[in-house]
Amino acid sequence: MNTADQYLKTIFLVEQLEDGPAATGELADRLGVSPASVNEMVGKLEDRGLVAHEKYKGATVTDDGEARAREALQTYCILERFLANVLDVDDFRAEARQLEPVIDETVADRLDMIIDREPQCPECFDAEADACGLLVEEGIEADD
Amino acid sequence: MYAVSSVAARVDSDDQLARLLQIGIVLEEVVEARAHRHYQSLPVEERDEAIEELLSEASAESAEHRRRLESLVEDLDADSIPFEDVKELVAGSYGQTGPEDFDGVLYDQLHGEETAYKFYDDLIDAVEASDATFGVDREAVLETLRDIRHAEAEGVEEVAKLMEARA
Repeated sequence: MNTADQYLKTIFLVEQLEDGPAATGELADRLGVSPASVNEMVGKLEDRGLVAHEKYKGATVTDDGEARAREALQTYCILERFLANVLDVDDFRAEARQLEPVIDETVADRLDMIIDREPQCPECFDAEADACGLLVEEGIEADD
Repeated sequence: MYAVSSVAARVDSDDQLARLLQIGIVLEEVVEARAHRHYQSLPVEERDEAIEELLSEASAESAEHRRRLESLVEDLDADSIPFEDVKELVAGSYGQTGPEDFDGVLYDQLHGEETAYKFYDDLIDAVEASDATFGVDREAVLETLRDIRHAEAEGVEEVAKLMEARA
């Protein structure tokens, strides 16, 4: 997934969690980059009409940006489910984050052929847990 | 609460490299199994030597790629993947998503090889972007990945030629 899509996905998720614009500091923490890098990329995304940015408040995805963010989130869900359900990876969240930049959406679509993903994906993504909501539920059940 | 993630497309550790190679193994398994099933699923009147040869070569080539990737993963001393389960999942998925006619078969084959090419291309970039030391020789990894990428490019070309010839 390219860098722009990773940013859009993260802005979209932070907006949901904060119920408002995504602050630069929060985005920098989540993406593991400097605030300066965030500002630079948010500026580029703003120029492309994918993000609106309000000084001192933060970034918000536009309708076009949200469509891209949802696609990116779906790619991410495929990766998480593939790692958890096909390769039996326990720490699928950390690995999905590591591998996300290297896996293109066309590759994820191919992996999607062999995983059992629900039609409502990515609506059920759990932003707080940073994971596919269904995997979170399965994890909770396994712990009980 | 959140681990630091990064937007860098870079392979920084043996574990990460091994996991990506395992994803490559699964992609090859998908191409191998589907190429084999594709031919079997074609109606007799749609079969000919050219497509038989193409699919049989594609299946054998993917098996060879898979073995080369597996050998690298073994040298990295990474956890193995439940490969028998993967085989079952791949076989099971065909019933739901398999194409039913000749053009669909060729398109699916083309798509599989293009996707594999993109995967290896991105992986090579990510290994080249890193200065990490791996448990296997970096040049050997890159050489294997470049060889396989080249074969995928040739595969794409062969399928495209066959599609053109039938158009």
